[in-house]
Amino acid sequence: MIDALDQPFLQRALLAGLLASVACGLIGSYVVAKRISSLTGGLAHAAFGGVGLGYLAGFPPLLGATGFALLAALLVGEAQRRLGEALETWVSIVWSVGMALGIVFVALAPGYAPDLMSYLFGSLLFVSWETIAWIVALDVLILGSVAVFHPLFEAVCFDEEYAEVAGVRAEAVFLGLMGLTALAIVTVIRVVGVILAIALLTLPATTARHWTSSLRGMMALSVALSAASIVGGLVLAQALGTAFGVSVPPGPLAILLAAVVYAASSGLQRRTAATPPPG
Amino acid sequence: MSAADQGSPAVELEGVGLALRGIPVLEDVSLTIGPRDYLALLGPNGGGKTTLLRVILGLARPDRGRVRVLGGEPRAARGRVGYVPQVFRFDQDFPIRVEDVVRMGRLGSRLRGGASDPEACAGALERVEMSAHAERPIGALSGGQLQRVLIARALVQEPELLLLDEPTASLDERIGRSVWELFEELSQEMAVVVVSHDIGAISRQVRGVACLNRRLHVHPEKELTTEVLEAAYGCPVDLLAHGHPHRVLSDHGDEHR
Repeated sequence: MIDALDQPFLQRALLAGLLASVACGLIGSYVVAKRISSLTGGLAHAAFGGVGLGYLAGFPPLLGATGFALLAALLVGEAQRRLGEALETWVSIVWSVGMALGIVFVALAPGYAPDLMSYLFGSLLFVSWETIAWIVALDVLILGSVAVFHPLFEAVCFDEEYAEVAGVRAEAVFLGLMGLTALAIVTVIRVVGVILAIALLTLPATTARHWTSSLRGMMALSVALSAASIVGGLVLAQALGTAFGVSVPPGPLAILLAAVVYAASSGLQRRTAATPPPG
Repeated sequence: MSAADQGSPAVELEGVGLALRGIPVLEDVSLTIGPRDYLALLGPNGGGKTTLLRVILGLARPDRGRVRVLGGEPRAARGRVGYVPQVFRFDQDFPIRVEDVVRMGRLGSRLRGGASDPEACAGALERVEMSAHAERPIGALSGGQLQRVLIARALVQEPELLLLDEPTASLDERIGRSVWELFEELSQEMAVVVVSHDIGAISRQVRGVACLNRRLHVHPEKELTTEVLEAAYGCPVDLLAHGHPHRVLSDHGDEHR
């Protein structure tokens, strides 16, 4: 495996995976704490519309995905405050319309779109330097925003009404957080794709919640857990290739690993549940 | 109500009316709360108590009438009004520690960001006797302890008006002095409004009682007579007053208040 790291495509895969883990772990912790994973799933799928538009109009699909995810964040974030019970329906509309638009755009685009599947399920082994640069930019934006606004995000996730009453502009803060969630999804699209993106945002953070009782603790632990899952997925994909000559994409393997870690953590935590988790 | 000793009243409501989905929730509600008043707002569940709180907090806009809070629009008073929501509304699984909850009280306010923040939080926790729990996750607290933490969060705002929604719902334990002594003490510094559906739980120290069941009946001397309560609850009630505390039993035979 160490030798394999001489290969530039594996170096890029590793780098992209580690960089995406930062965004996933930070934002996934908010998503899990506020219990908005279905909203987040909606953003991820809506992003596919932008991928299709990119193919049709001839600009980088990841740029289109960013635009669509941000637009979906605005639509879903506003609806979250106004709709109440109707929200679930609205999220599934945004979810499916985004996907449908993507497919229609691609069909209208001249020629065949060869790596369409790679946006649906990721293609970590074919990540370009341009993509890595884009992930770095989004990471910087997310890290900076969390560093500055974390107390506001935390307050709005915990008790939006009180935050409003205490004088915080809760609506703006929540929309900002939804925007960052959209950006975090974009960072993982090349790693696991729009369909599996939600898993990488929620599984590590949910596992982290077993072992820590603060959002900061969850963030640190879930960044480490996502990174470990992605590295594990890459190693496993290489090992399967060497041993059996089969080609399995590392992204889905990373998700499966994250799920196994979650299951093991749940079991372990239930055993130690007699003692409450440390602060 | 009691004399406004200084400045403008904490709350002035004039003819406030509000309907939700066509159903009137508040009708012609008028109320003045002075700067150092200590008022119990009583009424049956569904009588509009929480809606009235939301109107005062600027979270709900009335269809009719005039609302002034601390001399201005409710929204302009934000940060100066302390609010303690009902405990049961909280997801106690949320990953947050006690001191982080309390710190939230400083976030939007004019006091924000000073070096005094940690001191203010520590002081508020001490006042509600929760200092020993500052670093614990809220998931490890009882309902009564969480209630105290939420009171501390409102206190770090240094409010001029404190609104407590059903604080009696989870006062299950007797640790240290009772929160009623705390409310009494706080009412020397700010206007305090305690909302409850439980007449028996209201302290005799309150200096005024208002009964809300869509319409508001104000009783400056907190004369909890049978007539007063029947007017508010809209059904016959028996008032058993053995000094303190009061207990009220409904007349329906099958339910107890």
